[in-house]
Amino acid sequence: MTIEKRSAAFEYAPAPESRSVVDIAPSYGLFIDGEFVEAADGKVFKSISPATEEVLSEVARAGAEDVDRAVRAARAAFGKWSALPGSERAKYLFRIARIIQERSRELAVLETLDNGKPIRETRDADLPLVAAHFFYYAGWADKLEHAGFGAAPQPLGVAGQVIPWNFPLLMLAWKIAPALATGNTVVLKPAETTPLSALFFADICRQAGLPKGVVNILPGYGDAGAALVAHPDVNKVAFTGSTAVGKEIARTVAGTRKKLTLELGGKGANIVFDDAPLDQAVEGIVNGIFFNQGQVCCAGSRLLVQESVQDELLDSLKRRLSTLRLGDPLDKNTDIGAINSAEQLARITTLTEQGEAEGATRWSPACELPSAGYWFAPTLFTNVTQAHTVARDEIFGPVLSVLTFRTPDEAVAKANNTQYGLSAGIWSEKGSRILAVAGKLRAGVVWSNTFNKFDPASPFGGYKESGFGREGGRHGLEAYLDV
Amino acid sequence: MPSTAPTAQSPTAERVGGSSLADVTASDSTLRRFLHGLPGVDAVGLEARAASLGTRSIKAASKAYAIDLAISMVDLTTLEGADTPGKVRALGAKAVHPDPTDRTAPTTAAVCVYPDMVAVAKEAVAGSGVKVASVATAFPAGRAALDVKLADVRDAVAAGADEIDMVIDRGAFLAGRYLKVYDEIVAVKQVCGTDARLKVIFETGELSTYDNIRRASWLGMLAGADFIKTSTGKVAVNATPANTLLMLEAVRDFRAQTGVQVGVKPAGGIRTSKDAVKFLVLVNETAGEDWLDNHWFRFGASSLLNDLLMQRQKLATGRYSGPDYVTVD
Repeated sequence: MTIEKRSAAFEYAPAPESRSVVDIAPSYGLFIDGEFVEAADGKVFKSISPATEEVLSEVARAGAEDVDRAVRAARAAFGKWSALPGSERAKYLFRIARIIQERSRELAVLETLDNGKPIRETRDADLPLVAAHFFYYAGWADKLEHAGFGAAPQPLGVAGQVIPWNFPLLMLAWKIAPALATGNTVVLKPAETTPLSALFFADICRQAGLPKGVVNILPGYGDAGAALVAHPDVNKVAFTGSTAVGKEIARTVAGTRKKLTLELGGKGANIVFDDAPLDQAVEGIVNGIFFNQGQVCCAGSRLLVQESVQDELLDSLKRRLSTLRLGDPLDKNTDIGAINSAEQLARITTLTEQGEAEGATRWSPACELPSAGYWFAPTLFTNVTQAHTVARDEIFGPVLSVLTFRTPDEAVAKANNTQYGLSAGIWSEKGSRILAVAGKLRAGVVWSNTFNKFDPASPFGGYKESGFGREGGRHGLEAYLDV
Repeated sequence: MPSTAPTAQSPTAERVGGSSLADVTASDSTLRRFLHGLPGVDAVGLEARAASLGTRSIKAASKAYAIDLAISMVDLTTLEGADTPGKVRALGAKAVHPDPTDRTAPTTAAVCVYPDMVAVAKEAVAGSGVKVASVATAFPAGRAALDVKLADVRDAVAAGADEIDMVIDRGAFLAGRYLKVYDEIVAVKQVCGTDARLKVIFETGELSTYDNIRRASWLGMLAGADFIKTSTGKVAVNATPANTLLMLEAVRDFRAQTGVQVGVKPAGGIRTSKDAVKFLVLVNETAGEDWLDNHWFRFGASSLLNDLLMQRQKLATGRYSGPDYVTVD
C-alpha cells in the first residue's frame, strides 16, 4: 500500500491544552491584609479572554479608599516582616517558588485565557521564569549584607507596584520577589485586562502561609494606580508600562522622598551583519518581534540589516513567517495568539495604517484571522526610513520595521537614533565586531546572536525614555534597599 | 510512492552563489572559498530551534498520517558482518509487509544491505516497489583507494542496487582537501549513472562542527548527490534533530539557488515513533511539504520500524500490543 501525498501541508490536528486544570471563580475580590474583600464602593469590572471575548470573571475594582486600606495593611505588616531574619523570609519565598512550580500548568492555562498569549509561551517561558525569579531572590534574602550595598542594608518600607498586561505573572514576580527578599511589604496593582493570575498568586501567598498584609493585590484601573503612586505612606514606587504613564508617575513622585524605578517603552534594534548566522538570525528576529505578539517592551521591533544580505534575509524571513501558526492560544501548536485588548488592537491598526500612508511597504503572510477576539497578522514593513512613524513609535504589536545599513558606524547611529533604549541585538559570527558594537549601543540589554533571553540573575532596565533602575540580578536588590 | 517523481536528477546545478559551478570547483582554493563563504551556524540557536520544533503536538489524524508516512520512509537496514541470505530475505519480507497482522500498513522505502547481499535483497522485494539500497565505497570508514571504492559501487549497481549509500573521506574533508572529496563523489555518481540514486553519508559525528556539516552538505550537493545523509549509524553520535535541521536548511537553500532538489536521510539513533514524528515536523517546517515523501526523505533505522508498527496498532485498536506482536526481523 502506498500513502497519498497530501495536497496541503502536513496538517497538525488541534492539540488544545485542557481548561479543566484551572478553576476560575465567577467573581474575585481585592486581596487586602490576607483576605479577599469587596471594593469599598462595591465597584466591579469584567476580565475577558481576548481570544474569544468570553467573560472569564468579575473582579472587584479598587478605588482610592481601597488603596489606603491596602497601604495601611502593608505598613502594619512591615515591622514584623522586615524584622524577620533573612533566612526566614527566604523560606517563604522558596515555598512560594515551589508552589508556583507545582501549580504551573494551572497558572499557564489561566494566563493564556486571560492574556491571549499562546500556551507554549506561558508554559515554556513565563512560568519557568516566574518560579526562577522567586528562587533566585529567595537565595539573596539572607545574603543582603554581601550584596555590595553596605554592611546592613535596610528595606524601604511599603512598595507600591503597578504592572502591565503583557506578562502579568512574570512582571508580578519581577516586582514582588526582590521586594519581599529585601524585607519590604507590597501593594501591587495588576492591569485591568489581566488581573486573574495576580489573584491566583494571592491565593498562593495564603497557601504558603505568608503573614497577612505582606502582599496586597488591588485589581483596578489607572485611577487606582495613580492613587497608589500618590499615597503618602508608600516609600517606593515601581512601575512597568507605557512611557506616557511613566512620565506622569515621575511628575507625581518628584519632590517626595519615594524611591522610583520605571520600566517603560522601547523600540529595540536588531542588527544583522552580513557575516551573521542567517538561519539563526531569522529565528532571533521572529523571536524578537513575534514573541507574545510583539507586546514586549524590549521587542526587537526595528530590524537593521546590512544591505548586502538584505534580499537573502528578507526572503528567509518571509518564508519563515509563512510557517507561523496563528489562532487558539490554548492550542499547543499556536505560535501567535490574540492581541490583549480591543484598545491595543486599535492602536496597532492605526500605527500600521500610518506606516502605509507614509510610504513604507507592508507585507503579511497569508493568514486567516479568527472571527471572534482581537487578532493581528504578523506584519513586516520594508522600505522604512528613520523618519517613518513605524521606525520611531513603539507599536507594541506583531509589526517589524526593516531598515538597512552599510557600515557598522551607520548601524550604531541608526540603532541609537531613538528616544528609547531598552534592548538591542547584534548578529555576527565575528566576536570582536559584536563587542565593539555592543559597547556603543545605548540600550540596557544587548543580546548577541540571540534575542529575548531572560534570566533572573541578569539585570534588566533602560536608557533614555525606556526608564531607569534595574530589575533582576544583584542590581535589582538596590531598588528595594535604602542605600 | 510517487511514481511520477524523477528517478535520476536532471543535470546538476550549473550556477551557485552567483558563480558558475566550474569556477567554484576549479581548485581546492576556490572550493574552499565558496564553502567557507556560506553563512555560519550558531550552535545554540540551531539546537534551540530544533528543540522548539520538537514541542509540536501531533495528535489524532495527523499522528496516524505521520506514522504511516514514517513507515513509508524507512530504509530497513541490516549492516552486520553476520548477515546471511536468510536474514536479508526475512528483512525483505518485512519491508514488503511490515505488519503481518495488518496488510494496510505501508511498505518501507527500501532495504539497505552490504553489496554482496544486493542480489538476495532484490529477489526478496521483487515486484513490491521496495527499493534496494547498498552501502558501498568501503563503508563505514571509507578508508580505501578510489579504485576499490568504485569497484565496490560497480558491484552493487551491477547486482541491481537502486540506491548507493556512499561515505565521504572524512580525513580528507577535515584536512581541508575538499576537492578530493568532491572528485570522489563525482566519480561515484558517474558509476551510479542513471541506474542508482546516490546518497552521500557525511558521518556528521566525526565532522564535529555544524559549520562543517553545512559545508559538507553543500559539497555533496555540488558534486551531484541525490540524497545527503547524516551518518553510518556506526559511531557514537548519529542523526540528531539539530544536524538534520541543518541539512534540511541546506537542501532548501540549494534548491532555491539551483532549482535542484536533493533528499535528506537522517540515520542512526532514531528509535521511537515520537522521535520520527519530530523529524517529520522538522521537514515540514524547514524544507517544506515538497520533501514530505519517501522520494525526498528517509529514515535510516532498523529498530524504528517496530515502534512505528506498535504505535500504529495502538491507534487502530486503542490498546498497546507489545513487542511480540511485531516481527523481530
